[in-house]
Amino acid sequence: MSLKTSVKVIQETAPRPRLGWLITDSIAVSRRHLLKITRVPESLFFSLIQPVMFVLLFAFVFGGAIDVGPGGATGYREYLIPGILAQTVMFAVAGITVGITEDASKGIMDRFRSLPMRPGAVLTGHTLASLLQNILVITILSLTGLAVGWRINNGFADAALAFLMFAVFAYAITWVGAWIGLHMPNSEVAGTAGLAWIFPFTFASNIFTPVATMPTWLQPFVLWNPVSSLALAARQLFGNPTPLLGDSFPERYPVELAFGYAFLLLAIFAPLAVRAFKTRNK
Amino acid sequence: MALAIKATGLTKKFGEVVALNGIDIEVEEGTVLGLLGPNGSGKTTIVRILATLIQADAGSAIVGGFNVATEQDDVRNIIGLTGQYAAVDEYLTGRENLELFGRLFHLSKFEAAKRAAELLERFDLTDAADRGIKGYSGGMRRRLDLAASLIGRPNVLFLDEPTTGLDPRSRLGMWEVIEALVAEGTTVLLTTQYLEEADQLANRIVVLDHGNVIAQGTSNELKSQVGGDRIEIVLDAVADLAKTAELIKEIGSAPASIEEVTKTVLLPVSGGSTAIVDVVRKLDENKIVIADIALRRPTLDDVFLSLTGHVTEETQTPDAPKGRRGRKARR
Repeated sequence: MSLKTSVKVIQETAPRPRLGWLITDSIAVSRRHLLKITRVPESLFFSLIQPVMFVLLFAFVFGGAIDVGPGGATGYREYLIPGILAQTVMFAVAGITVGITEDASKGIMDRFRSLPMRPGAVLTGHTLASLLQNILVITILSLTGLAVGWRINNGFADAALAFLMFAVFAYAITWVGAWIGLHMPNSEVAGTAGLAWIFPFTFASNIFTPVATMPTWLQPFVLWNPVSSLALAARQLFGNPTPLLGDSFPERYPVELAFGYAFLLLAIFAPLAVRAFKTRNK
Repeated sequence: MALAIKATGLTKKFGEVVALNGIDIEVEEGTVLGLLGPNGSGKTTIVRILATLIQADAGSAIVGGFNVATEQDDVRNIIGLTGQYAAVDEYLTGRENLELFGRLFHLSKFEAAKRAAELLERFDLTDAADRGIKGYSGGMRRRLDLAASLIGRPNVLFLDEPTTGLDPRSRLGMWEVIEALVAEGTTVLLTTQYLEEADQLANRIVVLDHGNVIAQGTSNELKSQVGGDRIEIVLDAVADLAKTAELIKEIGSAPASIEEVTKTVLLPVSGGSTAIVDVVRKLDENKIVIADIALRRPTLDDVFLSLTGHVTEETQTPDAPKGRRGRKARR
């Protein structure tokens, strides 16, 4: 009996490494967000509607007016889909911004912070759930793309690398959204602010039209814009049309640059967000 | 007896606003301390510091033997916190919420499920356990919220306005639950704006105003600060007022006063219920008709008024921390 008791005590008090708790806590938190998606499937549905509309709009309405070189309309659809994927990854960020602000305003954040859990897990769990949702949306959009004429022309390895790149970039950029969400006074403001910064990055890019069609003063921004790198890298890897402006660094090394941007964002915003979470209201 | 909470010189500013101006608080193990004060008096700030959510600018606090500033994980292991609004996930069911918090308390999957079932049973939520919180009533949400704060079997429980916005029946239900927890040995720090609630639940009361402790003691000690009991006699005829005051003067501990408008005679007494019998007998002997008679004990409202010069609801200075949406709507 006494042996049994002491064993139990040891089990209960044996300190698990911090990283171990970070992982289990993150899984518990991400499970919460995934359950939420199943409870409000509308949110997933509408997060899909918008990019699908963009695909149809650009593939069939505007696309004919945009010249991306050889291939005509089919060429443009191949050009379009990697851009739409990049756009979707960007817009998904607004969701986490609002989600985090909502949690903070409703007091559940205080509950998390009063528990003996790893504080970072509130954010890693949320970002992981958001990543899984992103992966699902990217999969459905890719299938939609295949239906309207998009094709993967290079090998499996390149395509896998492209999808991995979208996942890594999506995860990294979510931390920017989380960080913003922790600084918003309420979810209404979070809804607008969370989208406001995404617009210039998403639309002043090569996702819908080649850089060459834009004014020269804008071109440097568009070339170095992480969203452009992401879309261009994906086009290269999928073997889709890549009308280039010239021979600049971002056009020569888009894949490296896209991964580089992702790791840079993660390295900057993950620690910033965790710190903002820990020192909230201090 | 050992102290479960000991705070010394807690000071906190939010920008220019002084939320706490050097507060000392001691709570003995297994007792309830009521923090009483109007909005903006600093109650919530104290709870947030003691529950490791924010750090004091100056001063120190020990909860359950651990320093809230330097041993946060240890403190978090032994406390439970229930805030002003139900801090649960709206989209999950009651059971899923409790299991989530159980897992984050580092219970095993099995333990978390078992603990959740126990708490749902205890708080009479078993029938609603697998429904989304969205469909819960205000009282059910608060009960679930309290259940969530008990997941880790806390030694020290912080209840920040646990019954604000509840209907009287739900409030009584919460009181019963809190009393049961205290009977099991839990130490409770409770904030409230309801004087009645502090009176009912707290062993000791600390009265706060603008970040300062303006009085403390047991409910009875505070009440005796504003004077003892008094008998209120309402008469039928104004003409009898003076005569009545004269007749009963030796029963009281001080001279009786007269309020003509309400046809009332007020008599401070020390004897309480025996005095009221004496008064009735005396007036009956003299054929004076009594419309109403009652023994009034001073309420904590009287205490607050006499200590601060204003009643509790009067000061509506906004509570300090930002992001407090929805508070007004709940009142």
